[in-house]
Amino acid sequence: MPGKAAVIVNGVSIDDTFAEAFAMRATRVIITADTAAWARQAAVTMTGFATSVIGCGCEAGIERELGPGETPDGRLGVAVLLFTTSSSELAKQLERRVGQCVLTSPTSAVFAGIVNGKPLPLGKTLRYFGDGYQISKVIGTRRYWRVPVMDGEFIAEDTTAMSDGIGGGNFLILASGASRALAAAEAAIAAMRQVGGAIMPFPGGIARSGSKIGSKYKTLIASTNHPFCPTLRAGVDSELGPEIECVYEIVIDGLTEEAVRDSMQAGLRAVCAIGAAGGVRRLSAGNYGGKLGKFHFPLRALLP
Amino acid sequence: MSDLVLRVRTPPQFRLDLSPLTPERLAGQSADAVARVLLACGRRRVPVGEWFDVRGSAGGSILIEGDCARMDRIGAGMQDGQIRIEGDAGAYLGLGMQGGRIEVSGSVDAYAACGLSAGLVRIGGDAGDYLGAALPGEHRGMRGGVVIVAGRLGDRAGDHMRRGLILAEGSCGDYCASRMQGGTIATLGACGARPGFAMRRGTLLFAGPAPSPGPTFNDGGELPFGFLVLLARSWKELPSRFAALTRTSIRVRRWVGDLAFGGQGELIHWPA
Repeated sequence: MPGKAAVIVNGVSIDDTFAEAFAMRATRVIITADTAAWARQAAVTMTGFATSVIGCGCEAGIERELGPGETPDGRLGVAVLLFTTSSSELAKQLERRVGQCVLTSPTSAVFAGIVNGKPLPLGKTLRYFGDGYQISKVIGTRRYWRVPVMDGEFIAEDTTAMSDGIGGGNFLILASGASRALAAAEAAIAAMRQVGGAIMPFPGGIARSGSKIGSKYKTLIASTNHPFCPTLRAGVDSELGPEIECVYEIVIDGLTEEAVRDSMQAGLRAVCAIGAAGGVRRLSAGNYGGKLGKFHFPLRALLP
Repeated sequence: MSDLVLRVRTPPQFRLDLSPLTPERLAGQSADAVARVLLACGRRRVPVGEWFDVRGSAGGSILIEGDCARMDRIGAGMQDGQIRIEGDAGAYLGLGMQGGRIEVSGSVDAYAACGLSAGLVRIGGDAGDYLGAALPGEHRGMRGGVVIVAGRLGDRAGDHMRRGLILAEGSCGDYCASRMQGGTIATLGACGARPGFAMRRGTLLFAGPAPSPGPTFNDGGELPFGFLVLLARSWKELPSRFAALTRTSIRVRRWVGDLAFGGQGELIHWPA
């Protein structure tokens, strides 16, 4: 809800509210390949169906692309972040996704993206695909596995490391039309992708089906965020005025509180730069009254 | 890091065991106290002061000046700190070493870096036989750490080696990497007879002349191997000619063996 003293930035009303985020478990892996396209392909495949822990087991996304000077083997690469609610689920998701999506991808190799922390098996479990023909190589202080595959050898570092993470940073873009809301959301995502240590796990970084906790159906733990659905505004206690026709949500997971904050700030600023002239009317955020999540990100503190 | 300096007064006629003289064992001791440390010399135990002029104080670094060719077990079991030897060293240099650094400006006798598990040994001259090997009767040779030899290796370097890295800037003797079970030996020079005899795993890499593998090694032809990039990159920080190794291609010729022993070891020729 808008606060008593309205805050308007470039014609965009900023709600007096905050995003509520939760502690998660996270890791980073680096995927390389002979070309940037194949590194990206492996990363996209690995991070597919990873929009929400509710239904996918983890939230994952591409953090950024890496140049030859930033990868262990000097090839082009991609940094991928994975977030889950538990350590055991993180290990399971990592093994399954790297095994099915990176090991299988032409010319790929996978390396630890985080060195310090509790080790998470990477090549340590994937090596068994080598059926006894795999080769261990300790180089410096790190162990690598050379797993024979049909295009040569799949190189996988033995372990990566687990890190604390934060999931559920978010904000809502309320605009006068669907195309304008989408353009603003795309601009936000473009700006947020410049911030390291964070990902936006939904398709293209943007969610149209923002959810609330619970449902009238007992089997569902989440359902549509009806106060923000424009087609329902005549029939429910709506959050939307007549000038709002479309709402998009951007969800952020980060390795640190600063990464989530910086990412949100970059996105909010990009949206405000478009402003009312571009059809953006309001910015809001989702929370649970501050009772469930440890991390709070007040929108007004992040702007201008 | 302050230096404890031991200058050889007269080279001993018999073998002298210098294993008590490691940085962690001497830490905090004065030069006088160090001079009273007893060393095994045959059946006798003689104080350090009988063979060395001692000066300085024991910190993390020890400098030994003079001919140490009959002084064995220098740095044995060493865990930290540094030992520098200006001259030759005897046998069993860095035996069972677990950390730290040993530098020898000259050559060393047999069994150097035997059972090494961590740390760095750098030899400015040649290395005797059984570098990085297991002691006779044991089955676990070098299992970590780095050994750099500017000169040539003797015979049976890396015998029973399990992990770690040996970089030979010169040539290798006969039976290099015999009974090897893991780790990496790389050489810029020529190789003696029967490289990799009875090896089961591990990598013997020839960055200079091509090897002549025995009949129990199968030629796998030329293929690209991505791990070579990781290997070469790890050498960049090492005090060795290998740091300047430039290879534009990772396409190498590879032999697998020793098939007479069910081995899956590899001999790799990675020419310039």
